[in-house]
Amino acid sequence: MKQLFIAFVSGCLFGAGLLISRMSDPAKVLNFLNIAAQWDPSLALVIAGALPLAAAGYAIARSMPRALDGSYFPSLPRGGISPRLVLGALIFGVGWSLVGFCPGPALVALPVQPEPVAFFVLAMLLGLWMVRLFSTKPDHQAPPSDIARRDPETSAQKSR
Amino acid sequence: MMLLPLPIPTAFTPLLAICGGLLIGAASALLWIGIGRIAGVSGIASGLIRPFEQPWQLAFTAGLLLPGLLARILGIAPHVYVTTSFGLLIGGGFLVGIGSGLAGGCTSGHGICGMSRLSPRSLVATFSFLGIAFVVVFLTRGLGVL
Repeated sequence: MKQLFIAFVSGCLFGAGLLISRMSDPAKVLNFLNIAAQWDPSLALVIAGALPLAAAGYAIARSMPRALDGSYFPSLPRGGISPRLVLGALIFGVGWSLVGFCPGPALVALPVQPEPVAFFVLAMLLGLWMVRLFSTKPDHQAPPSDIARRDPETSAQKSR
Repeated sequence: MMLLPLPIPTAFTPLLAICGGLLIGAASALLWIGIGRIAGVSGIASGLIRPFEQPWQLAFTAGLLLPGLLARILGIAPHVYVTTSFGLLIGGGFLVGIGSGLAGGCTSGHGICGMSRLSPRSLVATFSFLGIAFVVVFLTRGLGVL
């Protein structure tokens, strides 16, 4: 329950941030990417605002034995720059720059303007699903360490 | 002649951008400190399609959808100007899905979470997608203006 609540609150903050910064508007994203005409540098400041707080979060977590919900921090992939990573990033960059939507802003814009954003979201989910379908070992964010999550101590606490 | 039309001009909104960025950074920090998860939307969204093995992804997505929904109900939602054709919207969405799936992250997972912890993978991914995005927009919507 605690895990779901924290995830929900985090999603709300994340969505509110994208909406307030107007990143849910693909015109703003395309204008950031267009250095030749009507350049709008807003997106750079969104990232500049987000990075220090996120970095602080990761730094604070280093001194914590566990996350607030009692789970262990998973180990995240470091290094390992594969052709798959670069190729994927390039393909993503092409799609992003043709439309002006990436996954977060598209989901935030979905309830604001379901038509036509839903078409983008459905196509995006299809793409994500196909990658999952054809890859046996996802190059993804570190898979949750299920063993760590189900350690006897926390399970015992929960069953009490 | 331009391949794609220019979107409407948008004003530089530094204050809103920084405030929004702070919220996004706080959300990412909270998700890691709170439940030990990376706030990468492509990864979270890819977990929605399969049977929901990880309910937290569903909870995060519900939270992500809420602000836009509330803003719309209250009539204060900022405009979403989609200028791309239907075909391009589908094609672009598909490329975004395939690409972020292969790369294991998108603007949030690599661009914010990964960059903030100086992950070499994320730095490479972010500079790759940003670099090509500037080139593509210049070729499709920039050349005609010069």
